[in-house]
Amino acid sequence: MSDSSLANGGSGTDLVRLTAADTAASIRRGDVTAVEVAQAHLAQIAKVDPLVKAFLHIDADGALEAAASVDEARAAGEALGPLAGVPLAMKDVVVTKGLPTTSGSKILEGWRPPYDATITTRIKDAGIVMLGKTNMDEFAMGSSTENSAYGPTHNPWDLTKIPGGSSGGSSAAVAAFEAPLAIGTDTGGSIRQPAAVTGIVGFKPTYGAVSRYGLIAFSSSLDQAGPFARTVEDTALLYDVLHGHDPCDSTSIAGLSFDATGAARAGAAGDLTGVRVGVVRELGGEGYQAGVTASFDDAVATLKGLGAEIVEVSCPNFEYALAAYYLIAPSECSSNLARFDAVRYGLRVGDDGSNSLEEVMSLTRAAGFGPEVKRRIMIGTYALSSGYYEAYYGQAQKVRTLIVRDFQAAFEKVDVLISPATPVVAFGIGEVVDPITMYRNDLCTLPASLAGTPAISVPCGLSDGLPVGLQIMAPALADERCFGIAAAFERATGILQIPAVTA
Amino acid sequence: MAHLARLARLSVTEDELELFAGQLGEIISAVARVGEVAAADIEPTSHAVPMTNVYRPDVVVPSLPREAVLAGAPSVEDDKFRVPQILTEEA
Repeated sequence: MSDSSLANGGSGTDLVRLTAADTAASIRRGDVTAVEVAQAHLAQIAKVDPLVKAFLHIDADGALEAAASVDEARAAGEALGPLAGVPLAMKDVVVTKGLPTTSGSKILEGWRPPYDATITTRIKDAGIVMLGKTNMDEFAMGSSTENSAYGPTHNPWDLTKIPGGSSGGSSAAVAAFEAPLAIGTDTGGSIRQPAAVTGIVGFKPTYGAVSRYGLIAFSSSLDQAGPFARTVEDTALLYDVLHGHDPCDSTSIAGLSFDATGAARAGAAGDLTGVRVGVVRELGGEGYQAGVTASFDDAVATLKGLGAEIVEVSCPNFEYALAAYYLIAPSECSSNLARFDAVRYGLRVGDDGSNSLEEVMSLTRAAGFGPEVKRRIMIGTYALSSGYYEAYYGQAQKVRTLIVRDFQAAFEKVDVLISPATPVVAFGIGEVVDPITMYRNDLCTLPASLAGTPAISVPCGLSDGLPVGLQIMAPALADERCFGIAAAFERATGILQIPAVTA
Repeated sequence: MAHLARLARLSVTEDELELFAGQLGEIISAVARVGEVAAADIEPTSHAVPMTNVYRPDVVVPSLPREAVLAGAPSVEDDKFRVPQILTEEA
């Protein structure tokens, strides 16, 4: 592809820096074609992805074909949707018909799913152009994308740092201007934490608002897919494509109707008079980097300046969220990952006639899973085993009830709760080796995961040149509120300017 | 540890057993903190948004085509998944 093909729409660099909303508007007006937009992003991927390594699979042909059909629809006089022609990076945990889907694991290397996830279908139906599949911690287990079987992804702000995880390929792709939109999944923070450490916006919906059909399951009672973008409005536009009831997912909530985009646009007026904002006492202080605390304090002052009433709130059981999560999620994963049995898809090892079916399963799983996945399967197997179930899994579920009650009590006093999105900014690749230290990255994001409540991370400044995220948590089903307040905050602070990737 | 690995259908080496035994011991003692919470009379939450009796309409819908599903299988024979021998001759 050549830059001359972009003559109508300005340079490719300009195109990749546009918001999704502006890109779609330009396509609708005919200032630029969807094919030109796709080409500009594919060129940016060719330029920076050898450094960032956000993508596991790039589908240039599919992207150009999808873009061409948007251009044809426009030429035929059809009305285009709000994101038609806008490129998107898809986390590799979401199944895509005919396109490789590995979930970051060797056990699924080379597998091409025979069907699309519901969100894949929704994205395609909206005319959004899928560029490819992004890197992630294996089966979404991790906070740095270092647990991918295909090597780490690099943070566009500083290539020696992690991009967060598990959706680190998606966050890095958006921050590196390889795509204005991306899909992540959040089980304990895997959208909000990578968004925070790459300086973009990421939203975890109310559990049940987005269909899990076609999402390779990690922890079924916690997993939710959600949007990434560089602005609150773009994040809202993508969320409005994703949510809605799906008969293929029995945990999907019927009768939902959100207008996140409307909430974001209204919120951008910036007046928070009468809004009660609770600062969670337990999500701060010791263990939080000074720069993170300073950026967060500035964010509190900004919200106050917009008219919000700031209240300190205590949620005493949040202290136990980490322990409860690291029992519940491994327990559910040990059960979910039993499907990788070397029979129906993926890898098979040792099938030479000398091993029994059980031996083939054990050899395949040993060869196909990485160390973190094995650790979590074993913890889960232990926590669910007879004699320990009540003390571990059962007790963790009771703690979950107490965390839900903490939220309920807090939301009687305030409209939203806020905290830093992460205790620390992006750390160096290879720097954290101890599993428990790694788990602590999810400290701020775990309570909303366990309670199933919506939460957004929006950039709130830099610490030592690396981005810090502000987390805004709302009650279940009040997803729009997250967007309204995040948009007001973004308007007040300005959209974070992300530097170009440099080697 | 070896028993757990067996239950989880994970073939592990002696070295891995040793590494995991240490790490799992640490993780389990960290997560055992849930035991500090007095929660004897608290109902467990298995799901953030409780729902019961979720039915779909009893309508026949087409399944995935057999060849599309078998295309991703590690081994196929006579339009079926082929697996290693399960039963011995005496069984």
